Amino acid sequence: MAYDLVIIGAGPAGITAAVYAARKKIDFIVITGNIGGQAAWSGDIENYTGYQFITGPELASKFEEHIKRYAVPVREAEEVTAIEKGAGLIRVRTAKGQYESKTVIIASGKISKELGVPGEKEFKNKGLTYCATCDGPLFAGKDVAVIGGGNSALDAAIQLMKIAKKVYIINNLPELGGDRVMREKAESSPAVTVINNARVMAIKGGRMVSAITVKTAGGEKEIPLEGVFVEIGLVPNSGFAGIVDRNERGEIKINSRNETSVPGIFAAGDVTDVPEKQIIVAAGEGSKATLSAFKYLSRIR
Amino acid sequence: MAKKITVYSTPTCPFCIRLKQYLKENNVQFTDYDVGSDAAKAQEMINKSGQMGVPVIEIDEKIVVGFDKDKIKEALGT
Repeated sequence: MAYDLVIIGAGPAGITAAVYAARKKIDFIVITGNIGGQAAWSGDIENYTGYQFITGPELASKFEEHIKRYAVPVREAEEVTAIEKGAGLIRVRTAKGQYESKTVIIASGKISKELGVPGEKEFKNKGLTYCATCDGPLFAGKDVAVIGGGNSALDAAIQLMKIAKKVYIINNLPELGGDRVMREKAESSPAVTVINNARVMAIKGGRMVSAITVKTAGGEKEIPLEGVFVEIGLVPNSGFAGIVDRNERGEIKINSRNETSVPGIFAAGDVTDVPEKQIIVAAGEGSKATLSAFKYLSRIR
Repeated sequence: MAKKITVYSTPTCPFCIRLKQYLKENNVQFTDYDVGSDAAKAQEMINKSGQMGVPVIEIDEKIVVGFDKDKIKEALGT
């Protein structure tokens, strides 16, 4: 049995697409790793119309309530691995199964960029993490490293310098980037050591992380520590979407009607090349994508 | 008999907040430990789950890492 629509992702774009699809009575499902997407990780949100102040987790709960009201079928904790186009139908493969559909909306957002060094996958959640806000408190009194030199890295370092014993900032550029206020805050802490022009070569350890290898002009050296916080930015979560055209950043190319290069496949939100990655922009794009898919479905019927 | 349920979390992690909210909505009783301030409980969590990511939930000795609703439902037997 084929669906009319499969929505991939349940952040602001995917959720809004789902609400519109439910109201249009489209036969559809949502496949997603989690509900809320990047919005769930946001701290304070003060620019989403209708809420003068809401936190990320609160907004994610509101999203969930909204789709519950329409009894939207959601496959949570399910990662999409590939999209293929057969004769007329589009096949969405996941780690748990496969689904056939007449249309697909890709709203899979962005994910943390990985270092791509030995030990990274092995030690994920075993000392290496992509979320300083979540896991930071577990490293109280320990030596840790933040990898990156932009605002997200500085933000992590500022959180960590209050709890960890020592915080190394491993930056691959000649100097730190990000906002001056944050830079000064991090640099002025006695707990923080900045290592510029440095590249992480490997994450090492036994059961948990015990050291990293860092390469500078002076050669490679091993720094013993227990925590590694990777904060080198985000990339579009479009690895499974090789079927559609993407730009050099990996963003899915869409037109003003959210159409991708493949008929029947639409995309919305931060995974696309639409400028301005904002919760409210993603939500608006999600609604547009469903309305476009709805029109497409009426045409092929 | 009611299941023994323990949550290991930090106050700042979004999916810890969502997990606890989910349990409350489903009237599931649980004990919550803040592993950010309780080093002994943090070590207990690491020993039991073999990793350091939060949240971790223990349902009658069955460990689920992360807010994985399907696995949590299965462990709760609901």
